[in-house]
Amino acid sequence: MNDLQKELTTSLAKFCKDSIEPHMEADDHDGKFRMEIFKGLGDFGVAGVTLPTEFGGAGLSYLDYVYVLEEIAKTSVPYAVTISVSSMVQTIINEYGNKTQKEKYLPALTSGAEIGAFALSESHAGSDAGALKTTAKKVDGGYHLNGTKMWITSGGVAKTYIVMARTGGEGSKGVSAFIVRDGMKGFSYGKAEKKMGWKTSSTRELVFDQCFVPTENLLLDEGKGFNVAMGGLDRGRVAIGAIGVGCSQRALDEAVRYALNRHQFKQAIFDFQGLQFMLSDMALETEASRLLVLKAAESIDAESTNSKLCSMAKLKATDTAMKVTTDAVQVLGGVGYTSEFPVERFMRDAKVLQIVEGTNQIQRMVIARHLKKEYEHHA
Amino acid sequence: MWFFTQEEKEIQKVCRDFAQKELAPFAEKHDNEETFNLKAFKHMGDLGLLGITAHPDFGGAGLGATAATIVMEEFGRACAGSTLSYLAHTILCVNNLSNNGSDVQKEKYLPKLCSGEQIGCMGMSEPEYGSDAVGMQTKATKDGDFYSITGNKMWITNAQYADVVYLYTRTGPGKKDLTTFIVEKGTPGFSVSKEIHKMGMRSSPTGELSFDKCRVPVANRVGKEGDSTLHMMKNLEIERITIAGIALGIAEACLAQSIKYAGERKQFGKTLAHFQMIQKMIAEMYSETEAMKRMLYTVCYEYDHGQKSNTLASAVKLQLPKMATKIALDAIQIHGGYGYSREFPVERMMRDNKLNEIGAGTNEVMIMIIAKNLLNEALRH
Repeated sequence: MNDLQKELTTSLAKFCKDSIEPHMEADDHDGKFRMEIFKGLGDFGVAGVTLPTEFGGAGLSYLDYVYVLEEIAKTSVPYAVTISVSSMVQTIINEYGNKTQKEKYLPALTSGAEIGAFALSESHAGSDAGALKTTAKKVDGGYHLNGTKMWITSGGVAKTYIVMARTGGEGSKGVSAFIVRDGMKGFSYGKAEKKMGWKTSSTRELVFDQCFVPTENLLLDEGKGFNVAMGGLDRGRVAIGAIGVGCSQRALDEAVRYALNRHQFKQAIFDFQGLQFMLSDMALETEASRLLVLKAAESIDAESTNSKLCSMAKLKATDTAMKVTTDAVQVLGGVGYTSEFPVERFMRDAKVLQIVEGTNQIQRMVIARHLKKEYEHHA
Repeated sequence: MWFFTQEEKEIQKVCRDFAQKELAPFAEKHDNEETFNLKAFKHMGDLGLLGITAHPDFGGAGLGATAATIVMEEFGRACAGSTLSYLAHTILCVNNLSNNGSDVQKEKYLPKLCSGEQIGCMGMSEPEYGSDAVGMQTKATKDGDFYSITGNKMWITNAQYADVVYLYTRTGPGKKDLTTFIVEKGTPGFSVSKEIHKMGMRSSPTGELSFDKCRVPVANRVGKEGDSTLHMMKNLEIERITIAGIALGIAEACLAQSIKYAGERKQFGKTLAHFQMIQKMIAEMYSETEAMKRMLYTVCYEYDHGQKSNTLASAVKLQLPKMATKIALDAIQIHGGYGYSREFPVERMMRDNKLNEIGAGTNEVMIMIIAKNLLNEALRH
């Protein structure tokens, strides 16, 4: 870490401890999201870390951003996810939007005054996103959107949505990307998902019923929706990896601290070799994941994004988060299973990291595709 | 299993029907609301299941570990939380009482516990003494015809509903100075002090028991002073075997649910069943579940035929819950976003099963016991 990263993460850690941590247990129980916490993160300057300063961003590198996400995730995986999805939306608008779109939507997002959300998945189009059915029919001055989006992170609390809808024929080439605002006529929120974890983050259906979206809200051109979606993919994966690392690190911190303090059979349980093996493996896997995530982030900063590495970082860091949090519950035993300690929450939060931004099965397919490409001409 | 007796096969059928009708449909609701399915629990009494291992003279069914484990498996498939409460009642309270109580005590308590008129629990763990249970500090001091009991018992399944507590206490400074009592609800000085919120097994109530100079008659002492260690030893194997039965039920339910989903869910124009990655997960889940089942019921059979093995019972307790957590995590993974939501039961099953790796002796304690038994000779030198 350089001086800036050290300073940033140290003060961010303090902010998280003072302003987020005290709410997490109760809010997890009640499934409550707090806009003031998100705005607080915005005031802190981490709602748009990598966005250029001219649109209110912090103008920092992806590596800096990865450290930020890890730090927030140590306190709250759901708030880190909210930041990461909103940041992805900003990156997409910044990369593919025109000047008017950037000026109109970015400042509120980079400052943390508003939240951005990304709507691709549908009930029958999860991993197979190209099969999406939501339609955008050309009408005078814009489009009519019809359909339902599912599992939308920040659904209901976000103001700016990037929505993928079909303007052409079947397959990914018939999909276009639209900027849809909260409150647009014909746009409403469907059921809120009851989930195993990520409870402080809202996950909802978005329902479009003859929702009119003006032509000026189309990103790029018709049929370019998947280019837009895929453009943010690698970065999104590394972001989820970084959140996985934070999740693992917190679980490790809790487990080691507990093992040092908890005495059974007249000695600290840390001194049992069986526990030492578990804790060492947890530390090892966490560090290995972190290195992969940092390496992938560096490739993004160097503008030589290595997609295979991005998939590997997401896969490794989230599988590790699942393993490390599960073991942390085990180290804490009975109290680990209760809501008195945060480890069971982190374990529940970890599971979906293996599912979002491309399930870990999809990541393995991506890695295999790269391997094939690399080795094919030698065969 | 091919070696189940006719009676065991019948119990399997009765329990499967009951579980699918009275447990499964309500499991999600009770998990959500952290409430106990009392109605179903009472019905278990009507079916004669609440004293499955207790002597028939006192209202029990007089059956063995195999029968009890079959119930756990069948119920565990449908609602693990209710099953855990069933286990705390039948195995931790009733079975202990049936094995160690005097005829007078058995006559007084067992019929009502076996019929379901009353609910039982066991008090062993304390906030500072979990794995190291024999270090417990809840003290019982003799005072004429009574004992005065003071201390706290933690993570007690059924605490809020229990009419009868099978309670372990300390009556002296020595490692084995532990004495067992039967404490009834309403005894002055005994209260349930707090409800514990858990990750899973949320339909099974968990609480803390508090004893503040609680006066318990000498007549409620089980056996002699210092008998607790003996009582614990006698019950260990069946506790470990039966809790593994819950893990088996969960694994089977996760497998069945995954097979169903893989056949229905289409992505990229074909069902998930066509993807080798999904096939691999399902094939492994199946092999593991079968290994679990066969290991578990072989150990049950041996137990019922007089070959009790602490090492094997601990190995069962180590293997089954661990494998079930892996299976349940994979089941969520197969279900993707749906698996993470409460629309499908697999995320609940995963949360429920994690407890099986912790309750009734953690995986780590099982490892210690197995290693100690295997390396006994070497450790002495």
